[in-house]
Amino acid sequence: MKNSNFNRSTVYKVVSVAAIAIFAFLFAFPLYWIITGSFKTPAAINSTTPQWWPTEWVMDNYQKLFSRQVAPLWELHIPFTKISFAGPEMPAALRWLVNTVFMAVASMILTCITAAMAGYALAKKRFIGRTVMFSLIVCAMALPKQVILIPLLREMSSLELYNTIWAVIFPIVGWPFGVFLMKQFAEGIPGEMMEAARIDGAGEWKTFYTIALPLIKPGIGALAIFTFINSWNDYFMQLIMLSSTDTLTISLGIAKLQAENATDFGLIMAGASLAAIPIIIIFLIFQKYFTKGITMGAVKG
Amino acid sequence: MTKKNPMSRALVRRETIAGYAFMLPSLIFFLGFVIYPMVQCVFTSFFDSTMNRDDIFIGLDNYKELFQDPIFRGALWNTVIIVVVSVPVVCIFSLWVSSVIYDLKGPVCSAFRCIFYLPVVTGSVAVTVVWKWMFNNYYGIFNYVGTKTGVLDQNINWLGDERFALGCIILILLTTSVGQPIVLYVSALNNVDQSLVEAAEVDGATKMQCFWKIKWPQIMPTTLYILVITTINSFQCFALIQLLTSGGPNHSTDTIMYYIYYNAFKLYRYGYGNAMGVVLAIIIAVLSAVQFKMAKSE
Repeated sequence: MKNSNFNRSTVYKVVSVAAIAIFAFLFAFPLYWIITGSFKTPAAINSTTPQWWPTEWVMDNYQKLFSRQVAPLWELHIPFTKISFAGPEMPAALRWLVNTVFMAVASMILTCITAAMAGYALAKKRFIGRTVMFSLIVCAMALPKQVILIPLLREMSSLELYNTIWAVIFPIVGWPFGVFLMKQFAEGIPGEMMEAARIDGAGEWKTFYTIALPLIKPGIGALAIFTFINSWNDYFMQLIMLSSTDTLTISLGIAKLQAENATDFGLIMAGASLAAIPIIIIFLIFQKYFTKGITMGAVKG
Repeated sequence: MTKKNPMSRALVRRETIAGYAFMLPSLIFFLGFVIYPMVQCVFTSFFDSTMNRDDIFIGLDNYKELFQDPIFRGALWNTVIIVVVSVPVVCIFSLWVSSVIYDLKGPVCSAFRCIFYLPVVTGSVAVTVVWKWMFNNYYGIFNYVGTKTGVLDQNINWLGDERFALGCIILILLTTSVGQPIVLYVSALNNVDQSLVEAAEVDGATKMQCFWKIKWPQIMPTTLYILVITTINSFQCFALIQLLTSGGPNHSTDTIMYYIYYNAFKLYRYGYGNAMGVVLAIIIAVLSAVQFKMAKSE
């Protein structure tokens, strides 16, 4: 009896793993199709019989992508003045990549700093209005981010931030998920350590900096990679806030390519590869932190 | 005891000042770019508001128009279909995958987890454009495989056909939605109290019994969280629709999110769009509250 039971569950397991492997293959297929598609010749792409593996690898699609438009590689504005420094003229697609990296890095740094401080305060400081603050944050998190986009657009225009990368960065930093996540991590800081630091005469900032910060470092790592990937892919916000060729992000650039050349799939796949490959590499490198970030956010629910 | 009271009041004051000082940088962004727009959203929904003109107060007219707007009702219906189909499928599929892979060897498990997460990382735009190609009428592989294997007798214009477009969108949405639930379930299943499982196995419980009687109750909080985030994500399905079908053909793939975008950024009807946003937020808030209530009572 026990034996047959064991066999049945082994069979179930083997069949399931096989089925999941097939699903995994199907999930990876679009990515495979993007990358191989970007190297195919126009003839291979516009044939009704798909080429499962490119018989001829060409760089034409990338050349086309890079020769379409040009833009200065970077532009630095000194705030409140008209002075700015522009980089060398480069293919616009590279500028989009620079914009995207800048946006993701700036969002990441600002989010980590503000969220670490606020999460620490919410977890460890017994201040008046703490519960109200925390409930406000949880409620805001449950609401769909997109409903605030219309007022946000008008706010950004009146702040003269419309069509600048900051219009995308600031709302990402304001989104309270990071604070919530950091609070979860900061709960684990032992009270005695903070007490000891205080007795030693450390001020508030020093206690935070020397005691709390090292302890919540894994949490900050998780939040950093989470924010980086999410802001990289936050298409809706970018779509509404950015409009001119030299402020576009890579996702927007690809969307625009698609709108202008609906059936030049080779060109579009080259753009899609350019958008997807960097972020996938980053994800694979920092995967461990990322998983931790996702699961920690859910612990409390 | 009497001496402690003034001390603790001073302490409370110190803690409050320090607390807000630490909160300040975050609060500036949170209040400025989340709470303020939310208040504005509700406020503007009572106005006739558009570009380059002062808003005109019209009371509840936006909401009245909304409930008589057949396209909005269609969009609401499509959104409900997307949520009702995708939420259970995502939950069941990810639970099944996780329950099989969580006790495989470390690298195998994380390889699977990674692959299922790939479509999320790839980004909605890159994913959408490749699916658009795969669904293409002439050059897409779906038609090729379908006609070659004899499942289809002629090419189908997947995204241009009212009968199929919404189904295609749900399919793509599913591939981009299961990544996070699988990560969550795998870690929840690994955290299940192993001594209970062993005790049950000694008592002769089958694997099935072990799963439903011991593990399932313990991963219930995770299930709840997954339900909530999947519901919210499905409601927000936007990039797919904007890039694939623009709500067409004949409004058959309009969702609330897309219709808000269409009204606000194509027709420049900010007030009307905001009224829809408020209705959407209320729907999501009510659904989340119901899901939490249900889970609490269990």
